[in-house]
Amino acid sequence: MLEEFWFVLVAVLWVGFFVLEGFDFGVAALLPVVGRNNETDRRAVLGTIGPVWDANEVWLLTAGGAMFAAFPEWYASMFSGMYLALFLVLFSLIIRGVSLEYRGKATTAAGRAWCDRGITIGGALPALLFGVACTNMVRGLEMTPDHEVTSGLLDLLNPYGLLGGVTTALLCTLHGAVFLTLKTRGEIRDRARRITRVLIPPALAALAGLAVWTVAIRGGIAVAAVGAMALFALGFAALAWFNERDGWAFTGTAGAIALLVTSWFVALYPNVLPALGTPENSLTISNAASGHYTLTIMTWVAVLFCPVVIGYQAWSYWVFRRRLVGSDEAG
Amino acid sequence: MSQDTIARWQFAITTVYHFLFVPLTIGLSLLVAVMQTAWVRTGNVEWLLLTRFWGKLMLINFAMGVVTGIVQEFQFGMNWSDYSRFVGDVFGPPLAMEALIAFFLESTFLGLWIFGWDRLSKRVHLATIWLASIGTVISAYFILAANSWMQHPVGYRINPQTGRAELTSIWKALTNPTQMVTFPHVLAASLLTGGAVLVGLSCWHLRKGQQVELHRRAVRLGLVVCAVASVGVLLSGHFQGQVMTRQQPMKMASAEALWDTEKSAGWSLFAYGDVSHGENKVDIKIPYMLSFMATNSFTAEVEGVNNLQAAAVAKYGPGDYTPVMGVTFWSFRIMMALGGVYLTLAAFGLWRMRGGRLPGGRYALLAFMGAAVLPYAANTAGWIFTEMGRQPWAVFGLLRTSDAVSPGVSTTAVIATLAGFTVIYGSLAVVALRLFLQHGRHEIPALSTNVTIGGESRPGEALPSLAY
Repeated sequence: MLEEFWFVLVAVLWVGFFVLEGFDFGVAALLPVVGRNNETDRRAVLGTIGPVWDANEVWLLTAGGAMFAAFPEWYASMFSGMYLALFLVLFSLIIRGVSLEYRGKATTAAGRAWCDRGITIGGALPALLFGVACTNMVRGLEMTPDHEVTSGLLDLLNPYGLLGGVTTALLCTLHGAVFLTLKTRGEIRDRARRITRVLIPPALAALAGLAVWTVAIRGGIAVAAVGAMALFALGFAALAWFNERDGWAFTGTAGAIALLVTSWFVALYPNVLPALGTPENSLTISNAASGHYTLTIMTWVAVLFCPVVIGYQAWSYWVFRRRLVGSDEAG
Repeated sequence: MSQDTIARWQFAITTVYHFLFVPLTIGLSLLVAVMQTAWVRTGNVEWLLLTRFWGKLMLINFAMGVVTGIVQEFQFGMNWSDYSRFVGDVFGPPLAMEALIAFFLESTFLGLWIFGWDRLSKRVHLATIWLASIGTVISAYFILAANSWMQHPVGYRINPQTGRAELTSIWKALTNPTQMVTFPHVLAASLLTGGAVLVGLSCWHLRKGQQVELHRRAVRLGLVVCAVASVGVLLSGHFQGQVMTRQQPMKMASAEALWDTEKSAGWSLFAYGDVSHGENKVDIKIPYMLSFMATNSFTAEVEGVNNLQAAAVAKYGPGDYTPVMGVTFWSFRIMMALGGVYLTLAAFGLWRMRGGRLPGGRYALLAFMGAAVLPYAANTAGWIFTEMGRQPWAVFGLLRTSDAVSPGVSTTAVIATLAGFTVIYGSLAVVALRLFLQHGRHEIPALSTNVTIGGESRPGEALPSLAY
């Protein structure tokens, strides 16, 4: 029972990470396009995520920490098994963090231009890599009976994993464009809306393809249902975009990402990391889990602190609810 | 070199590097909170200017701590998967709690602080920097509790079926006697680091004769913090040494190059010896001092390396249980000496500042500037000592470091990531230091007019230019 609870909690943390960092990645990746005209526009674009991106990233750290505490075997096998891919993720997250924080403090235009490059790469690359990593987790890795992963970096670049990466990259970029629509006025918002229109069809196609493929390799009516709901949410976002209902469009893309990530965990259950070719070597929620005592303690910690954290994080979004403007209105 | 040697180098490099930024974050965020509190309480605009100036420098440093911290959380799984499997049940919870309780607090409220100057009331805005600062301290508590468990495992049992450690008491793990002396020591060292940087840079401004009143105020605050913190470092370090003597006698013996068990042992100032024969050729000692430091009694017995090695072989089987003596001996001395030097400097500076004077003449100011690096050297030496002194163990008495690495990760892969991290960390060090000095050298700009703070327009107060 506790194992199930923690499996759900880890899934929730990954959902939170993808939904919140999803738009951070998207906004960062779109910086050279949406903010192409001038410095004022770029500042406004980055201002939409400036106060919140760091706290959003903590969802990733908490997801990692929760896996370590509740399912040490999962944490150990997956993180050592996807070694080089994870290194690339860390590399791009480092570049992104420093670029975002130092851009406003750079004293020269050249310094800012370097930061802009770092932000773009640091947004686009993780959006792609996390999709590759997570879909490969669903697909499974080759493992020994000791749960040591024997698949290498190139094994991750299989067609299913690549489609997963393309899908998350498209969805995060779209999510970022919709977030910009919601958080800005004037020309920047218009540009973000045009980008949204361009991105919706390929995102729908990729999501549909990934959902079908996931059902094909992992099966299950539940996986199919959640995948269908993700598609429905994205369709809803498109409709809201058409009616210029920015808040609803954002709810739609957030829902699509949340449901896609949920579908992965539904497909995994009761495994946490399936062994490709040798199902008996798979890590499951029972053979990967910590002891009962640790899970109980961590449950109390989660129950006490999650509501507080979500409360003050939501408040910070409320404080920064104002729409930002670019050069056309700021003057 | 074998894979586990390279993995150890990688852990050492990434962790020592990460810990260059952590103490300054802890120390400076508290100092900035104090400055802002002084402004809110007294209305003296000089404190606001200092808050803005030091706030910006704190953020330049904070960003580095954040990005290098992500690596810390992931590399246990990447390079040390067998360690993670063995200890996850015990070591994972403090890490997860750190993320949930501390990291969210720091990052959310720092975001609110940076961007909230014109959106929050004065008092709520002040609360955000305090909450962020408290977050950094809570974070230190959890991660040090996790490290203390590696030094001295408590509140666990070994599961006979899986052969892995399992938590039996979270309370014992979080109030580990090692933790009770380590946490105050690291906290004091962090305050000393923050204070020393505050003093060092402000003395640079004093030396240039720019904005003397303003920077003198900062130096005074910094020196008071440094004086208190260096006494704190010394006292907590003393108790830490005694706990270490009881829990990890080999670490103490190798810190002292004490080869054979002795009563009324002296404290070695300088030693040069022959490791393969287990003896010192040169050893200059202060009589009775080691016995006193280790046990509070001048005549007590202190165990020596040769005796402890024999005892460890009897207990754990054949093997080398002696840390690298040259490293432990000297890192321990460097740490202690630098702490002592800073205490002397801080006392001298405070004495010189009495009655509205400056902390010293041109050379004294130069000394304070240079002394800003002392806490960094001491922090680094301290961590190298405590981690190298535990070897060959990853978890003392339970898991050897050589059994902790990821069996499935190739040597080539570890070399590749080590090279990657070294390159990016090296470049970022240059970028961050340049940015810090660029902003640190600026004269603190006077406040422009009619900008809103605390939601209302006040002539003469400016919106700090911390935002993008």
